[in-house]
Amino acid sequence: MSKDLIKPYGDTLDDGIVQLSFTLPVENGPKAKKAAEIYVGKLNFEDIHVVHAQKIADNFTCFIVYARAVPTIDYSAVKVKVAKFEHIDFYQINDLIKKKIGRPISLVGATIGSDAHTVGIDAIMNMKGFKQDYGLERYPQIKAYNLGAQVSCETLIKKALEVKADAILVSQTVTQKESHINNFTELIERLAADDLKEKFVLLAGGHKINNELAVKLGYDAGFGPGTVPSQVASFLITSILQKKGK
Amino acid sequence: MPHILLKSAQVNTVKKLASSIADEVQQFVSRHSSVSVERTVLRLYGVDGVDSSGTPLPNAIVDRWCANGEMGGGISRPFIKAMLKSGKDAQQTARLIEEGKIGFDKLGDLSQETVRKKEKSRARQAIARLDSSRKRKAEKIRKIPLPVQPWRYLIVATGNIHEDVIQARSAVYAGSDIIAVIRSTAQSLLDYVPYGFTTEGVGGTYATQANFKIMREALDEASKEHGRYIRQVNYASGLCMAEIAACAAFEDLDILLNDSMYGILFRDINMKRTFIDQYFSRLICARAKILINTGEDNYLTTSDAIEDAHTVTASQLINEAMAKKAKLTDDLLGLGHAFEINPAIENAFLYELAHAQLARELFPKAPLKYMPPTKYKSTDIFFSHCMDTMFNLSSVTTGQGIHLAGILTEALHTPLMQDRFKSLSSINYIFNIARSLGDEIEFKKDGFITKRARQVLDETEKSLEEINDIGLMEAISQGRFANIQRPLDGGRGLDGVFEKGADYSNPVMDLLEKD
Repeated sequence: MSKDLIKPYGDTLDDGIVQLSFTLPVENGPKAKKAAEIYVGKLNFEDIHVVHAQKIADNFTCFIVYARAVPTIDYSAVKVKVAKFEHIDFYQINDLIKKKIGRPISLVGATIGSDAHTVGIDAIMNMKGFKQDYGLERYPQIKAYNLGAQVSCETLIKKALEVKADAILVSQTVTQKESHINNFTELIERLAADDLKEKFVLLAGGHKINNELAVKLGYDAGFGPGTVPSQVASFLITSILQKKGK
Repeated sequence: MPHILLKSAQVNTVKKLASSIADEVQQFVSRHSSVSVERTVLRLYGVDGVDSSGTPLPNAIVDRWCANGEMGGGISRPFIKAMLKSGKDAQQTARLIEEGKIGFDKLGDLSQETVRKKEKSRARQAIARLDSSRKRKAEKIRKIPLPVQPWRYLIVATGNIHEDVIQARSAVYAGSDIIAVIRSTAQSLLDYVPYGFTTEGVGGTYATQANFKIMREALDEASKEHGRYIRQVNYASGLCMAEIAACAAFEDLDILLNDSMYGILFRDINMKRTFIDQYFSRLICARAKILINTGEDNYLTTSDAIEDAHTVTASQLINEAMAKKAKLTDDLLGLGHAFEINPAIENAFLYELAHAQLARELFPKAPLKYMPPTKYKSTDIFFSHCMDTMFNLSSVTTGQGIHLAGILTEALHTPLMQDRFKSLSSINYIFNIARSLGDEIEFKKDGFITKRARQVLDETEKSLEEINDIGLMEAISQGRFANIQRPLDGGRGLDGVFEKGADYSNPVMDLLEKD
């Protein structure tokens, strides 16, 4: 396979231009600017321009730097795992459920652990939806149960069993001290302990979530920022059909 | 300021409807108390600290009293009896009760008159403590003036109060007028106020009296250094509304998030419990001159900012009416609203101006709390910075009171120090270059903005009429706010509610209601 070497693009191919912004815990001045330049040099950049240095607090200076990146990568060798599904719309999804499954699918969603943010789960599940894309509650062929925030794993699993859910959606917004990873993991461990993991399609969502991370944690897929409900529904239907071998 | 001609008769109508809605809630509140109201009485009497197992003493004492079974009379009388019996102050008496050396069941026969007298004098001392906080703050503001509105409000949330102080100082340096220490995630669901200074929290720092004190001292220093009085904010909504108000008053806090509606809808706190707690909490705020902030802005994170704009206005009116019943004055009403319209909609900014201006005119003397975009905040931080800039322009043009800083990275992570600085740079820039814009412009009589504001007010009136017919509690059960349904007896904290007996005594509340 031929190599396809790439590096950042500013305004000329392979110029390697990168913009950086960071803070150093020092007072602003010529010495601080020099320190920023040296630091960026240590990151292996060349042709470094510290274009802006600003005191943002006592003993803290923020910099804006432009520099040329040195390394190239072979784009043809880049591999990434993405959730495989065709993105279809609201009507197509409802149609497909009707025709191929013959009953409405059921799902439960929640923000688990101490996280109090419903913004993620609401964007996907609430009737209204997100970015002009209807939420899952609006789908006639989907019975969607949004349990809200601060839901324990036990409650979520109990509800999933009670409504015979096909899928479980979990969202995490707070990521301080890796709390989202711990919460995502706790749910997987509990499901595994009760031998329930294969029973549901498991989806993880949140602004620090991508498909790769979610799959690594044991979910079927992960959805990051900007995801609209129909993407989630498209994945769900694909995945449920796969499980059924249809 | 620019004006939208609202019909004054209609403004009167909606205010009357809101007042009638609040009346019904108040009738319920007057007949009930809660464990956290009673714990607040103990705190106001001077009980603080924790027992040997780490339980806050006000909880330990109220739990023992509850176990006694006769709660209808309130904690005040039995506790004062115990004080008379021990001959010690409130704190030492609480210790003796906790250690089992004095039991609520063996208080003997003290004359009613003696007990009542002691209760009264103890209550007066509690009020004096709230009064002295109010006076201390007034004195500080006399020496170091308040900045002009909109006040620039910045949140710190490291989990460690000492780190928060560093972040707060940098925010004040960058131009912030108000520092809020956001609470550790889910503290609103704790049925006690944690004790002592804390260095470990997730998503924020615990609200404790000790943490309040540490931040207040730092902000007093920063106020002197920068020549403007820096206000301190914390959060009371949740299961301990009144207790946190008391702790905040003791440490001279300026602003508390204080909103039952928010607790019910977004934290699933039982509505009976939190309406009861809110009333006592707000009475304390009124006395200590703590400005309250309400959380209507949150409605627009779950429902549509155009379709459901009237739910924000309706809730603001109801919150105003409930606040007035707790003696809060206009200058203490930081009613909430937000800049949350989908940025892809044509003329979204005109809608935003109409909504912001409507709030401004319905509550002309209130320091309205205006929230930045969150729902459509993008991980494209450059675009997000542009959105915040438009929000800043809307705020200064319509003369908002409390301006929450929108931060370019808030869809990503807890903002970095440099992110806050960029946010404040934009605010400072826009507030300065457009300071008097609002004084110069008039909205067309039948233009888009005027029509839109009138439409929202019409929808608000209709909605308030319906709520007035069914009652606020029923309206919440039906999901009229934020598209979230909360049943009357659902949620957290209902087990801590009890009906007041004929002999119920809470002399602090009596004094707060009277003066």
